[in-house]
Amino acid sequence: MAASRLWPSLVRRRPIVVLLTSLFAAICAPGPAGAGDVSGAGATFPYPVYAEWTRAYKAQTGVNVLYQAIGSSRGIARVVARTVDFGASDMPLDPQSLTQDRLLQWPMVMGGVVPIVNLPGIEPGQLKLDGKVLAGMYLDAITKWNDPAIAALNPGLALPGLAITTVHRADGSGTNFIFTHYLSGIDARFRSEIGENTAVQFPGGVGADGNVGVAALTRRTAGAIGYVEYAYALQNRMTYVLLRNRAGAFVAPTNASFQAAAANADWSRSAGFQVLLTDQPGRESWPITGATFILVPRRPANPVIARQALDFFDWAYRNGGKLAERLAYVPMPAKVIDLVERAWHREITGPDGKPVWAGS
Amino acid sequence: MTEQAIAASATPRPGAGSRKLRQAERVGSAIFVGMLRGSCWLFLLIVLGLAAELIWGARLSLRKFGIGFLWSTQWNPVTEQFGAAPFIYGTVVTSVIALALAAIVGVMAAIYLAEFAPRRVGAYLGLLIELLAAVPSIVYGLWGLFVLAPIVANWIGPALQSVLGFLPFFQGTIYGVNVLTAAFILTLMIIPTITAITRDLIVAIPMRFREAALALGATPWEMAVKVVLPSVRRGIIGASMLAFGRALGETIAATMVIGNRPVISASLFAPGYTIASVIANEFTEATSDLYLSALIELGLILLVVSILVIGMGRLMVRLLIR
Repeated sequence: MAASRLWPSLVRRRPIVVLLTSLFAAICAPGPAGAGDVSGAGATFPYPVYAEWTRAYKAQTGVNVLYQAIGSSRGIARVVARTVDFGASDMPLDPQSLTQDRLLQWPMVMGGVVPIVNLPGIEPGQLKLDGKVLAGMYLDAITKWNDPAIAALNPGLALPGLAITTVHRADGSGTNFIFTHYLSGIDARFRSEIGENTAVQFPGGVGADGNVGVAALTRRTAGAIGYVEYAYALQNRMTYVLLRNRAGAFVAPTNASFQAAAANADWSRSAGFQVLLTDQPGRESWPITGATFILVPRRPANPVIARQALDFFDWAYRNGGKLAERLAYVPMPAKVIDLVERAWHREITGPDGKPVWAGS
Repeated sequence: MTEQAIAASATPRPGAGSRKLRQAERVGSAIFVGMLRGSCWLFLLIVLGLAAELIWGARLSLRKFGIGFLWSTQWNPVTEQFGAAPFIYGTVVTSVIALALAAIVGVMAAIYLAEFAPRRVGAYLGLLIELLAAVPSIVYGLWGLFVLAPIVANWIGPALQSVLGFLPFFQGTIYGVNVLTAAFILTLMIIPTITAITRDLIVAIPMRFREAALALGATPWEMAVKVVLPSVRRGIIGASMLAFGRALGETIAATMVIGNRPVISASLFAPGYTIASVIANEFTEATSDLYLSALIELGLILLVVSILVIGMGRLMVRLLIR
């Protein structure tokens, strides 16, 4: 008690104390968490929401969760090496790797990718596209805005004869993965010629750095089409398009249409929750939705810390929805949360063979 | 004691008292020279360590693609086909254009500042140019993306195309983000280095050189070109090499305006890619070991290209001085 009152004044008076403590923290941080800290590392896409969650969680419970956004692949490598308590990845691992590395994987929060355009006279939500046309544009097969394939989807809309400039994310990102995964699923030619990855080789167009770069380039090039994270399209009032989903309905990107995609997905039958939410059934589903994933060891070396990590994720599922929505991420539907928490109970066990997670 | 030492070093005299001092002096200077040598060896060690680390990190890619990596134009992370040619091309072309432009403008600015500008104006302008060197590259990048790219797409590009459109360098669709815009941004970023160093060199030229030239009937212009510039050309080349090194390795600013497309295109209006940009863009989310290894090999190539360029600069200096 006395120490906690003494501390702030000590810190205020002695810059060297701050220096030493931050040095100490820096030395301790990368390791597998010292005194009661939970450490995680991985994807950059969900970093803003994870950072908010850990801050709020610390304020409420006093438990420190350290998350370093070092990129999905490095996050996976760290959790495989067991140097962090959990890893985070935008690209789900396949069941074989999960078994081999004894990891459990689940979706934590969702986001969506939204195509944006810059066409003179076209307002947000006016232009209608589908996956085939989008794939054609990025394959450089559809090169003019008044192409019959686009006109067929937009009867009554005056389309200019402008050349199409496709803008893509040049940096490796979860956004690229979700977008190319969607187009690969829709279009066989896209799958064979471009494929799906966090970075791919597009035949044409220009590459921009991050959401900022894609948005800026699209905004400044007449006839451009790009794709950005939902949060970014929303905050910057970009000219988004309506997409035709699997059920044949044209939908707008909204929280509800992302949640619909997650709710309509078949989670229970997929091993390791390896569900990519692109092109899901249901009339309300936004077709380019994706989740970002958490990875934890099935046999944690330290069950106490593992339990603390699960407590945090449980808290985030139940109380973090508002925070996530404020940052334009989409919380998982209750149905999925139930499935995930049952998997925790069933599959994560301590050295004594007992489940680490006994419910909240 | 100190006075004695100074006296001893100033006028070495044989004698019993000063031998001890000379001994101390010798030890002192040995330590000093040792430190000088040590700091140079440190650089050598760092460069060697860097090269070893890069070769080790790139071993997968070196083994898989061999020497063909240098001229393959494929860069496809999905099929894991990697080649460095488009990146080497983009890096060298943007840096060479930037250096050519920056050397001309930078040296002219330096001559003006040192020889012709009123003292006050010269001091303030010089300070401003040096300040440009302290602007973070992300600021240059954002400015390039939001301001310069539209200018290139709407004004500079069409103007160049209408006059020089018969050359392959100025043909095709004009994207705002392209090799030319990247070269312009790099030019801006390296001008301060060239100007600041050249100006300081010119200022250091003894006044009697100028007086002699003027006394022989040279105009101020002839004095600047025939007397001042030749005596600092060695320094200018040194400054240019320093600037070139910065242009080769520039990452963020180039990434934001070059268009990031791994293709080799003769047109400066087409998007390109540089080595540093692709490493920055793809390193964090590189998904396989081979992919990561190919990126590290690109880093190795950048190191080699830098060494070659600096070596060539040295050679040029030697040829010019002869």
